[in-house]
Amino acid sequence: MIFLELFFRFFFVGLFSVGGGLATLPFLTDMSEVTGWFTQTDISNMIAISESTPGPIGINMATYVGFQTGEGIGGFAGGLLGALVAPLGLTAPALIVVLAISRVLLRFRSSKYVEWVFYGLRAASLGLIASACLGVAKIAFFSSEAFAQGADFFAAVDYKSIILSVLIFFGITKFKKIHPIVFILIAAAVGIVFRF
Amino acid sequence: MKLLLDLFLIFARVGGFTFGGGYAMLPMLQKEVVERRKWATHDELMDYYAIGQCTPGIIAVNVATFVGTKLCGFWGALFATLGVITPSIIIIMIIAAFVSGFQDIETVTHAFNGIRAAVVALILSSVIKLSKKSLVDKVTAVIFLSVAALSFFTDLSPVLFIIVVAFISLAINMIKARKMKGGEKK
Repeated sequence: MIFLELFFRFFFVGLFSVGGGLATLPFLTDMSEVTGWFTQTDISNMIAISESTPGPIGINMATYVGFQTGEGIGGFAGGLLGALVAPLGLTAPALIVVLAISRVLLRFRSSKYVEWVFYGLRAASLGLIASACLGVAKIAFFSSEAFAQGADFFAAVDYKSIILSVLIFFGITKFKKIHPIVFILIAAAVGIVFRF
Repeated sequence: MKLLLDLFLIFARVGGFTFGGGYAMLPMLQKEVVERRKWATHDELMDYYAIGQCTPGIIAVNVATFVGTKLCGFWGALFATLGVITPSIIIIMIIAAFVSGFQDIETVTHAFNGIRAAVVALILSSVIKLSKKSLVDKVTAVIFLSVAALSFFTDLSPVLFIIVVAFISLAINMIKARKMKGGEKK
């Protein structure tokens, strides 16, 4: 039963990939070699699509792989089933583990040792988020492709994106009541109209 | 029952408008979970992120599970998690089934280049907001700067940072507590 196998293979990916969606990547490469369900090209398509659709990247990738695999076996209906089974498999271990941890955490929330650990962890966590922000900024503001092809540093900088980003930042600071979704929609529209 | 449905819908909204993975979810979660519904505090959200980074699975799902458990136990966790993954599944299904070469459509590329600029601004404003709460003294400021720099410039796993900082943080506080006790005795 290939759908059961699909579920459990993604279950294991979910169990062993720690630290965000892109951490699943090496496991997926391995899976494509072992099962032959999808190719390396599928994987690179999948990353491109996952990064240009909303939602957690890992879930997007699992859904895409699940669909491709299921479609190869059972046509369109198989694809739909695969697209359900794979992300659920990926999610299940996290749900179980975090459920257990959060029970423990809620009980020991007021313990001074827990507080002592989180005193530093909050700062570290914020550091990781800041670094993720820098990562997105690097992609958004700087074309490493153009730079690699010999353009000089300043030519590879995307000034339009920097201006948009600064404007939106001021928007967020000034109008605290506005929902983040609104800014995302505005940015998408600006991107389309001004051909970013 | 009403709360479970709310959990599902709010997390579906967050999942449906998160571009660029779990970290990009933070501004949305702050707005929906902390500021509007007060389901958790800013500090708690940071704790969930810290743990979510060193537990298996996707950060977005881990955070959803934490918030869900806090509100409604197992069922809360299940509904929040299903909420956060549902939009992705539907959207990707549609793309995989009907749209070939989605990532090469020019309009999509333009829209996403714009969105990326917004995501930078959104995450930055979240970091600034949280820095007032999480960076309480010199020690936490040093931890923040070193983790941010090391994580950006090296390929070290986030798990490593979380584990190392957990020990450092515990040790520093134990030493502090011992010093204070010593001071009282004198």
